[in-house]
Amino acid sequence: MSKRIEVNDLNVYYTNFLAVEGVSIVIEPRTVTAFIGPSGCGKSTFIRTLNRMHEVIPGARVEGEVLIDGNNLYGPGVDPVLVRRQVGMVFQRPNPFPTMSIQDNVLAGVKLNNRRMSKTDADDLTEKALRGANLWNEVKDRLARPGSGLSGGQQQRLCIARAIAVEPDVILMDEPCSALDPISTLAIEDLIEEMKQEYTIVIVTHNMQQASRVSDRTAFFNIAGTGKPGKLIEYDDTTTIFSNPSVQATEDYVSGRFG
Amino acid sequence: MTTAAATTIKARQRPGDRIFSSATVISGSLILAVLAAVAIFLLVESLPAFVAGPDDFNGDITNFWSYVGPLVFGTIYSAVLALLMAVPVAIGIALFISHFAPRKLAQSLGYLVDLLAAVPSVVFGLWGIGVLAPLVQPFYTTIVDWFGWFPPLAGPASGTGRTIFTVSIVLAVMILPIITAICREIFLQTPLLHEEAALALGATRWEMIRMAVLPFGLPGIISASMLGLGRALGETMAVAMVLSPSPEVIFQLLTAQNSNTIAANIALNFPEAHGVGVNILLATGLVLFVVTLLVNMLARVIINSRKAFSGAN
Ligand SMILES: Nc1ncnc2c1ncn2[C@@H]1O[C@H](COP(=O)(O)OP(=O)(O)OP(=O)(O)O)[C@@H](O)[C@H]1O
Ligand SMILES: [Mg+2]
Repeated sequence: MSKRIEVNDLNVYYTNFLAVEGVSIVIEPRTVTAFIGPSGCGKSTFIRTLNRMHEVIPGARVEGEVLIDGNNLYGPGVDPVLVRRQVGMVFQRPNPFPTMSIQDNVLAGVKLNNRRMSKTDADDLTEKALRGANLWNEVKDRLARPGSGLSGGQQQRLCIARAIAVEPDVILMDEPCSALDPISTLAIEDLIEEMKQEYTIVIVTHNMQQASRVSDRTAFFNIAGTGKPGKLIEYDDTTTIFSNPSVQATEDYVSGRFG
Repeated sequence: MTTAAATTIKARQRPGDRIFSSATVISGSLILAVLAAVAIFLLVESLPAFVAGPDDFNGDITNFWSYVGPLVFGTIYSAVLALLMAVPVAIGIALFISHFAPRKLAQSLGYLVDLLAAVPSVVFGLWGIGVLAPLVQPFYTTIVDWFGWFPPLAGPASGTGRTIFTVSIVLAVMILPIITAICREIFLQTPLLHEEAALALGATRWEMIRMAVLPFGLPGIISASMLGLGRALGETMAVAMVLSPSPEVIFQLLTAQNSNTIAANIALNFPEAHGVGVNILLATGLVLFVVTLLVNMLARVIINSRKAFSGAN
């Protein structure tokens, strides 16, 4: 099920360093939202706060609220573990578990929730998730082989399969294609297009074409200078951001005049 | 011109490369030479023991194999028991240091564990006799009372506490630091990428450790255990001091009669041995050598059988 994300005046700190300041944004269900902006402007930092993955980094903390269908992720008594089961994440570098087979990788998250699964259920779910990630045909004959034996693009799709197997409401992707070749990148872009039917998708990318190809809405982040906090500069329909942005900095960035 | 071409094709031999490669070759052959020298010495000195007759042994032992059998049993029994006790604790401590403790505490704990590794085995032996044995003796009596129906725990309980079980505890404490230190280093090397992958799937910290840290560290845990096991198999002083031995195979853990270990048996009997007696003791040493070798080979096989899933690629 797809859910709506609402962020209200969020600040993110690394210990005492304010990395992201005052972000407010609403992300509708069944859309793809792209985060763009120059390096170091806090895109990764911000996207990690949407499933509390920043808490893995010592000293990282937030102020403000993130509502998913109205429930504050940072409310008292909210378990970050449960948040992450609702809001999945795909990382920049493909990271399948090297010690697990392809099938075990797909089921890794599911087995956390639901330890006892019949063999047929497990097989069905594996097939569904791998089909969902457009990987089934390539790996169906070697599900028992290690996931690390796949190509980079296949590994990344395996990670996507692993993320969708737990049926989250939201999928966050931090530069999912930056380590991949153009063909694998297209495969993943097609996949994002399809996944949009069922999930709210947020993707960080440095690739302008990619942002304009896959996303419905685009958010542009920027920093005033090194040591300054990153801010959300402009957030609008992707076509507007790329053809007729209202802020000069956005236009400069998307037209390649800086950054 | 032709000679110039020929010389440019060949890579230039730099002095640094030569020194380095000779140094590695020399140290590599040195370890082989030392091992071979020990093995040959043991083998040659052992030969008379294999043909020794009933007169050369005390009691009603008739040949070398019935002499060494109980010793091999005692050696492996005590070492494996020690390993069973030490490995879970070592993994626990290592995980605590690498993933749970605050950084400052983790560091001082790490030093403490390393320090424990530097304690000489005589000290552990003294501790075993002086502190541990009297401490655990009352428990042994109780255990025998309650669980005596289970053969390894059958009585009568030792009055001194100097049993093979006590020895195993001492050995476990002795091998704990090395296993902990290696496990800690391995666990710290778990790629952050995989830890984050697990956490992002909604794993709790313990689930993350089971999904990412332990599988990644498994070959290291096995290697560490084998190092510990090797040390336990060969430990001499602590066992010789603590154990009250008898020359039979004895499964009971808590009685006054215990199978001795090879190393401790050599230490106990060497001072008075003469003639074939010396050869017999050396032959038991050879057997220990072979047992250790087999154990290490087994560990290699286990590690290699999981190579495709090791994450090395
Ligand atoms: N673990 C960390 N500890 C301290 N500061 C950090 C940490 N990670 C990031 N930062 C700082 O936070 C700011 C934002 O970094 P972030 O990684 O979010 O940028 P980004 O927009 O994702 O950049 P890129 O496009 O290069 O990935 C930077 O100034 C960075 O130095
Ligand atoms: Mg980033």
